[in-house]
Parts: sequence; structure tokens; C-alpha cells
Amino acid sequence: MSIQVQNIRKQFGNFVALDDVSLDFPTGELVALLGPSGCGKTTLLRIIAGLEHADQGNVILEGQDASGTHVRDRQVGFVFQHYALFRHMSVFDNIAFGLRVKPRSKRPSEEIIRKKVTDLLKLVQLDWLADRFPAQLSGGQRQRIALARALAVEPRVLLLDEPFGALDAKVRKELRRWLRKLHDELHITSIFVTHDQEEALEVSDRVVLMNHGSVEQIGTPEEVWNAPKTPFVYSFLGSVNLFHGRAGQGELEVGEQRVNNPDDAIRPGAEVIAFARPHELDIDTNIQASHGILATISRIQAFGITAKVELEREDAQQIHHHEVEIPLDRLIALQLKGGQAVRLVPSRLKVFEQTKPVAADHYIAAGI
Amino acid sequence: MSGATSLNAAQVASLSPARHYEDNPATRDRPWVKWSILGISLAFFAGFLLLPLATVFVEAFKKGWDVYLAAITEDDALASIKLTLIAAVIAVPLNLVFGVAAAWAIAKFEFRAKQFLITLIDLPFSVSPVVAGLVYVLLFGAQGLLGPWLDAHDLKIVFAVPGIVLATVFVTFPFVARELIPLMQAQGKEEEEAAIVLGANGWQTFWHVTLPNIKWGLIYGVVLCNARAMGEFGAVSVVSGHIRGITNTMPLQIEILYNEYQFAAAFAVASLLALLALVTLVLKTLIEWRAALNARDHQQESAS
Repeated sequence: MSIQVQNIRKQFGNFVALDDVSLDFPTGELVALLGPSGCGKTTLLRIIAGLEHADQGNVILEGQDASGTHVRDRQVGFVFQHYALFRHMSVFDNIAFGLRVKPRSKRPSEEIIRKKVTDLLKLVQLDWLADRFPAQLSGGQRQRIALARALAVEPRVLLLDEPFGALDAKVRKELRRWLRKLHDELHITSIFVTHDQEEALEVSDRVVLMNHGSVEQIGTPEEVWNAPKTPFVYSFLGSVNLFHGRAGQGELEVGEQRVNNPDDAIRPGAEVIAFARPHELDIDTNIQASHGILATISRIQAFGITAKVELEREDAQQIHHHEVEIPLDRLIALQLKGGQAVRLVPSRLKVFEQTKPVAADHYIAAGI
Repeated sequence: MSGATSLNAAQVASLSPARHYEDNPATRDRPWVKWSILGISLAFFAGFLLLPLATVFVEAFKKGWDVYLAAITEDDALASIKLTLIAAVIAVPLNLVFGVAAAWAIAKFEFRAKQFLITLIDLPFSVSPVVAGLVYVLLFGAQGLLGPWLDAHDLKIVFAVPGIVLATVFVTFPFVARELIPLMQAQGKEEEEAAIVLGANGWQTFWHVTLPNIKWGLIYGVVLCNARAMGEFGAVSVVSGHIRGITNTMPLQIEILYNEYQFAAAFAVASLLALLALVTLVLKTLIEWRAALNARDHQQESAS
């Protein structure tokens, strides 16, 4: 079933959680709502489910305005971050709950319920836990039971609110692969909320990046990773090096130093922020060179396929941290040492004209 | 006041740190510190609680079993027991319904006058019971606000059974609500949300999800509420009028007997109330023990 949200606005007191958000979720896709905490992603999910009421705007389910439809009639499946399993009911009763509360005329017989619950337990590969209580399960098991419970009522859409947020890293990885596989089998339109970029990129067909209550970019994982449209998206996805500077003629001035600027759409004299991924920076040991940004090596991590070099740079009485990834043999050839002064030379640089002042710390915190 | 104690996980969890503290030689106090603190509290307990309680039973049985039996089966005594039971049977269910509704409203909904409502629920705890009784006299008494109207319709509230029930309801108002509010606030509303997303209606959600989760707190609140309903003296005394055999509850009957120097009879009826207190305490301990088991399960749940 397709989901559309149109011009959704939601305010909590003075805090604007969602500011005129319009989105289209096509049938059968698994879409990730990705963003830092407080960006409004969970609120949006809860509005779609009907657990929260939007101040303005509409939720359209399968072409029909659902804004006035009660939660229990929307036929959505919802998975909560903290599972929200009924703690006094066995696993079996938890999954059967949605079927047993149906009005008598629509309620399946106890026999059918039993078969259906057993099938669902097999689907989530936990059929041996039917008689246990939620307190006796591990976090990963609980979330799979919660998913089985949501699927029992055959929802038209599946909404997952940080479903793996409370789990440890290993289980999280396992479960997201499993979720992707399950989605490929069931093809139920699903939206899941996460603040974990790796999770979003790995699992979803499409990523919606949100910040401060607005949508920053929508696209496939490849699109948002390779072609970030806004400074926020650039810094939120993956590690990133950030430079504040001023545009010149084919060049960029960062403090006293200059680097080449490939983007000629930027008007000279404009204040800019420039981004480079760690592998898009090279190190030049010749500090007399005319181009490149001066920095001091603070730490070298020479394990793995590529070596990681951490650097510090002082600019306008502020210490900036940078991270460079170079091949191991390049590191050896350069004979880098801690404390050494070098120049950073970007091989690729994404430049954004700075229209309004942006808190640099925010980007660094979100990016690295 | 007993109602201010609440049944929550923190209370239960505090047991194990104490043991931990004592088992660890690095934090253990010297024996004389431990024993003198224990000694002081036990001496107070014996002198101020155990001794009076024992006195009640000793005095009650001083003149033998026959006198005791005669005292509690005497007409006025039986009438007072009946009245006390009637007051409790009406007040406890009323406050049960009110308490659950108020706790539900406060814990699960956001509304403007919430803080005001919470404060208001505590009013019977903070105001003297005598004042509470007087309010009813001023409202429903012959000279009161509604007095003439009640008189014209031949309704009697003050100095009659309805007044006693009203006063009892008033003073026992907070017990159930006070018990449930922190419990329900701690549990949040995620399980209820899960239930309605799965298609349950309000009643199904309450009956199958909310009620089982608050069961022990609710029983605890009811037990306390009942103990207070049967033992209330001040407010009931003001509205009762002390008509023997008609408007005397057990506490009032005890006072009258005592003032008439019928000590054995007074203590005999008092022993029934004391017995009720003991039963209440046993129930309360049982419930706390059950709730502790539950809380431990939930701690395991959140720890894993």
C-alpha cells in the first residue's frame, strides 16, 4: 500500500518537530527515515501510524485521506524501539493478541489463530519460545516477537521506530540483514526510523534524510552517499573533513592557505564550506608548496588496508580535527611521523556556498 | 501517613545494596554501631508499637472469654460493626473506580490542569479529618447550604448513614490513586499504544493490558484504603451525631464505651480493629513480596 504525507506540520510547545513535510512512499519499498535525534523522524512515523496528531497536513493511505481514521482502523503494524511486548502474556498470547481482540464477526477461530501464530513464530525462527514470557527473552528475540505480533494482523504497512536501537552491535547487524530478507519475502510497504546511517544505507531501498523537522534529501543509498545535496547530508553520512573558507578565482582560501576549487559555479568572494571524505585528501610533506592546507599530524593508525592519519589544524583560534585515509604503502613512502607538519591536498572537494551561519561543531559531531 | 508509601521498584531494589554494603569488609560498619542502631529501633518498636498492641488484647480478655464475646455480640456493638462494614463496602469500590480513573488520566494523558488534579487528590491527606467532617455539616446540616432543600425533600445526610459514608469516602479518597499514579507513570503508555495499533478498543486495552500491569499496586491501594475506611474517627465523629445503634461506627463505639468506664467492652471492640490492622499488614507484606518478585523480573528484563 502506498503512503503519502502532505504538508505535515507538528509543533510541541515552541519546538517545531515537523515543518511542512511532504513525502511519497511507494508500494512495497523499504524506506529509511534517517537523521539525528530530535529531527522529527519518529514524530513523522507516529503521525503516519495515528499515534500522534499533526497540527496541519494529511496522511494519505492508499489514496485515501486517513487523517480522521482511528489508529485501530488504519491497519498498520508498528514496532517500538523498546519492544512494548505485553509483559504478563506469553509469547504466543502476545502474537495472538491482535487476532483475539477483533470483533466477534471478524475474529478467526482459536484453531486458525493457533496455526497462524505458529506460522509466524516459524517465520521469525523462534517457534521454540511460544510459552516463554517477554522477560525471559533476549533483546533480539523480543524484537523479533514484536515484529511477529505486528505482522499477525496482516497490516497494510509496517512502521518500525528505531527497531534495533536498544540492541548491541552484533545482534543489530544480524537483525537488519534478517529484516531485509524478510522484506524481500513479504514485500510489505515499510518505513523504518533510524539515526544509524550504516543501518539506513545497508537495509533500505530508499533513504529520507531529515534535519530540524525538514527533509534534506531523498534517494537510493547510492545517490545520497555519492551525491549529497546539502552540507547536512554530506556531514551526516560517513566521516568527513570540513573547511571554512572564501572562494577565489578557481581557488579556495582557507585561512592563509589556498587549495584548488573545482567548482566554478561559486562566485568569487563568497563564504563557503568545503567537504572532503578522508580518502579524498592526500598528504604533501613539502610544506613550502604553494597549495594545500597546513596541519600537524597527531596520530597515525597503520593497520588494515588503508592507514588512518589524524591531524590537527589551528584556524582563527580554533583547533580543527581532520582525518585522512591513504594506502599503507603511501604512508610508508612518505615516512610520516607524529608531530610532523604537512599540507593537506584534496583530490576531490565539495563546496557549498554558505548562505547562513552554520555551527561548525554540529557538522563535526554528526560527521565523525 | 501510610498512604504516602508507595509500591515501586526502588523500594524493592534498596534491599540488595544494603546486603552488598554489609557483605563487603571495606564498607562494613563496626559491630557496636550496627547493634546500637538496631537496638534503638527495636526498643522504640517494642515500646511504642508492640506494647500498646499487646495491651489492647490483654485488656480485652482481662475478664475472660465470655465477657469478650458478650461485648462484641451486644446489639450496639453489632450495629457499629455493621455500619463500619457498610461504610467500607461503599467507600472502597467508589475510591477504587475513582482511583483507577484518576491515575489513568494523569499517567496516560496530557491536559492542562494535571498538576492541580494531583494536588487536589492529596487534599484529604493534608486537611484535618475534623475539617472534612465540618464541611459536610456546613453543606448538608440543618443550618447548612443545602439543609433547607434536603429538609423539604425529607432527605437526611448529616447525623445519618449517608453522612458517614460521605465522610469515609472523602478521607479515603487518595489511597488508590496515590498508589497507582507513580506505578502507571513508570510503566508509560507504549504497551497501550501497541494494543490499539493491533486493533484493540479502549475497554480491551484496559482489561487485557493495563489492569494486569497494575494489579498488585491496585490491590495494595485497596487494602490500605479499606484499613483507613474502617478505622476513620475524626471526620466520621463530626457527622455522626453519636446515635447509639444507628450512627456509631466501631471507632466511635469504642470511644463511647471507654468514656462510660466499660474498659473490657471498649477493648474488646478495639481488638477487632487491631485484628483488622494485623490482617492488613499481613496482606500488605504478601503483596509487597509478590510485587518484589515482579519487579525483579522486570529488572532482569531491562538489564538484558
